[in-house]
Amino acid sequence: MTTAERTDAERETGPGARTATPAALAVPAARAGGCPFDPAPEIERARREEPVTRATLWDGSSCWLVTRHEDVRAVLGDPRFSADATRPGFPFLTAGGRELVTSTPTFIRQDDPEHARLRRMLTADFMIKKMEAMRPEVQRIAEELLDRMTDGRDAADLVTEFALPLPSLVICLLLGVPYEDHAFFQERSRILLSLRSAPEEVRASQQELQQYLSRLAESKRHTPDDGIVSRLVARGELDNGDIASMGRLLLIAGHETTANMTALSTLTLLRNPDQLARLREDPSLIKGAVEELLRYLTIVHNGLPRVATEDVSVGGVTVRAGEGVLCTLNSANRDEAVFPGGDALDVGRDARRHVAFGFGVHQCLGQPLARVELQIALETLLRRLPGLRLAVPFEEVPFRHDMGIYGVHALPVAW
Amino acid sequence: MRIHADQEKCCGAGSCVLAAPDVFDQRDEDGIVVVLDAEPPAALHDAVREAAAICPAAAISLTG
Ligand code: HEM
Ligand code: SF4
Repeated sequence: MTTAERTDAERETGPGARTATPAALAVPAARAGGCPFDPAPEIERARREEPVTRATLWDGSSCWLVTRHEDVRAVLGDPRFSADATRPGFPFLTAGGRELVTSTPTFIRQDDPEHARLRRMLTADFMIKKMEAMRPEVQRIAEELLDRMTDGRDAADLVTEFALPLPSLVICLLLGVPYEDHAFFQERSRILLSLRSAPEEVRASQQELQQYLSRLAESKRHTPDDGIVSRLVARGELDNGDIASMGRLLLIAGHETTANMTALSTLTLLRNPDQLARLREDPSLIKGAVEELLRYLTIVHNGLPRVATEDVSVGGVTVRAGEGVLCTLNSANRDEAVFPGGDALDVGRDARRHVAFGFGVHQCLGQPLARVELQIALETLLRRLPGLRLAVPFEEVPFRHDMGIYGVHALPVAW
Repeated sequence: MRIHADQEKCCGAGSCVLAAPDVFDQRDEDGIVVVLDAEPPAALHDAVREAAAICPAAAISLTG
């Protein structure tokens, strides 16, 4: 059945029947056992056969799954699709996700003009020039972490010793958050991002982070510095609660994402020795290689949620006002129409049109920082450890199937 | 080719600056796009077209 036929049939039988469509795909869909780098086979199949398709969520509710590059960009770029999770019909991937809606929203879950007003308070802090100027500092941090990791040892967990502390140190520096508290916020982030956390746990972690950052904002009123939190305080437009919400978003988005991209990219390169060799031979490929790894791995892997505020046609299907949509970035980034041979990693590919950072007005604010961190982390790692290898059999690497941001829980390596 | 960048629409993540650094920049005060060269030489047209294509906010329009 084609998508157009099915929508017509559903239009006749009404939304109740649509919810009960037996063929609906259950999300989050599991990846195939042998291919931990590829999107779930059902989602790949959907993109080829029925690119805008029905999906069933954990609570039995249903939404649309948008899988092609063109359609994903169209939805995320269209103001008729809202990112406001308080709207009825908004698709939640977990019970914990729904739990968070009751507390203070951050601008990632707001629409313009409020979203733009808040985001613009931060755009200068993350612009290209500023982040490029951070290179020497990020380089120093990378070298120091590797000095420590390799000191008298020949094996370590790359996640705890390098991939996680690097972006954590950097985002703490930018925000003006004391790095000594990293165990506290890393654990709260883990709970917030785990698909398995109980709703109560999620709410408690959210509140603890909120209180912590609220107190931090208050302390900056008395002892200002040049970090982002302090500058938001100095603007005088936001109260401690608003600043804490923004800080929470930046703190979580700022360390979990880059950490997972670093470790997963390393593993991917080790599994693709020909690509690794190309990169080692010609380090000038690093910028393009990072874009290709962002595309190929797409660690924000569960689909970005939006809800239609009007009837909108997407890829030939009518999405009704009030219906939820998940935009599967990982599927869009494998779309053959844009990335021929996209199931293979090719560090020489022009991958700039990938949507690993999303698309539309919510497209990742921190992408200039993520790029600088990833380019430096990978270049430094490969240069300093020419004998880098996996220290356990590949089958034993613990993948983060259970997390909103994909990656590995640990990466035992030797050199 | 003539470039127009809509500063109201721009969300400031700087993709255009990466794609065509000779043509686009970001304002110091808020990271919003500024066009350095609204009628760039032909050698830069491909880069400018790429910038317009990857702009997430559809803020860059090209005429001529
Ligand atoms: C490899 C690293 C990263 C990836 C793959 C990534 C991915 C994403 C994606 C897909 C979105 C869009 C969410 C949506 O539209 O619903 C997003 C938004 C966002 N990201 Fe990132 N991100 C990364 C690193 C960072 C870093 C380092 C920061 C720094 C603080 C950051 C801060 C943000 C913020 C604040 C938003 C919300 C923007 C808005 O709603 O306007 N991200 N990110
Ligand atoms: S790519 Fe578009 S949204 Fe991003 S800075 Fe340039 S004009 Fe603004």
